[in-house]
Amino acid sequence: MLASLLIVFREVIEAGLIVGIVLAATKGVAGRGWWVSVGVAAGVLGAGFVAGFAGEIAGLFQGSGQEIFDATILLFAVLMLTWHNVWMAGHGRAMAREMKAVGAQVQAGERPLTALAVVVGIAVLREGSEVVLFLYGIASQGGTSATAMVAGGALGVAAGAAVTALMYFGLLAIPAHRLFSVTAGLITLLAAGMAAQAVLFLQQGGYLEFLTRTVWDTSWLLKQDSIPGRLLHTLVGYSDSPNGAQLVAYAATILAIVILMRFEQTRHPRVRVAAPAA
Amino acid sequence: MNRLVHLLAGAAVAAALCFPALAENTSIPLTLKDHKFSPAEIHLKANAPSEILLSNQDSTAEEFDSSSLHVEKVVPGGEKGVVRLRPLAPGRYPFMGEYHSSTAQGVVIAE
Repeated sequence: MLASLLIVFREVIEAGLIVGIVLAATKGVAGRGWWVSVGVAAGVLGAGFVAGFAGEIAGLFQGSGQEIFDATILLFAVLMLTWHNVWMAGHGRAMAREMKAVGAQVQAGERPLTALAVVVGIAVLREGSEVVLFLYGIASQGGTSATAMVAGGALGVAAGAAVTALMYFGLLAIPAHRLFSVTAGLITLLAAGMAAQAVLFLQQGGYLEFLTRTVWDTSWLLKQDSIPGRLLHTLVGYSDSPNGAQLVAYAATILAIVILMRFEQTRHPRVRVAAPAA
Repeated sequence: MNRLVHLLAGAAVAAALCFPALAENTSIPLTLKDHKFSPAEIHLKANAPSEILLSNQDSTAEEFDSSSLHVEKVVPGGEKGVVRLRPLAPGRYPFMGEYHSSTAQGVVIAE
């Protein structure tokens, strides 16, 4: 039971952290609860679907179907995170001001909540499909130990939800006027880490066969598959032995997001206003 | 949304240009049965790309997982999967079946 709890928990940590960050990034936005729920629900459905068709997906692209699939949805999540950050760079300041001014809920308006819902869905789908395969395998073996292990798995999912809550309430401890810049930074690193992960999947699939040498190895310091390693892997894209192409993807993603955000900020110049009267 | 479509199209074209055809690799068969790998020790040439052809003869799915090889590959029950490996520096690279890690253990030795 403990074993399956740990395996499932390791898988759901990533999704848990991402949902927590998304919830914090959308604090005070009307309708976010609904969008995040839709994202989670779609992710769970998708996970069942991907697990059910794992064999068919794997068989595509000369046996590289799973890698291509993972890389594609990761890159799509990177695009969505970029879109969100760039949009916020243009509109976030005004929103923060409004929030402070009225001290109440801000209308979602045209805010791309859909983008973050897609990111939540993808995170849940990726981790969820492995959980489904694992638990299905145990359940199909039957017996009392199987029941205990499935129960352990359910506890693992609950522990993942606890990670979401910790991340969310931890971020909420940050003063409201700085929350936007902190979540923007977190989302940038999240996107960069996903881009590097996508590169790794493409390499596993037999594509992108350049700069594949490991550049450094810090596994003596922190192993990537330990729980802290996994947390850092999700949050900032930590890899204990990254290769050249991964580092290029990581740096290029950060650079692209920062440049696009700057560009949006100059299009929507900052308007200085006096602090609202109390 | 239009901008997004353009971005995606651009990415697809760039991807098509970047990806070379698959190179010929050394291919090593690996079997998983009763949640055990055989051979549990795989010897391959260092500094050359290679691939492991994993045949999962159990009825349940397994995830070939190795942090040192940077591989996480799910192979459904009764299916086969290709695990492609980058050119490896000489050394030992342990791997496991994550769903049954108490028995499913193995090591790749590059030399």
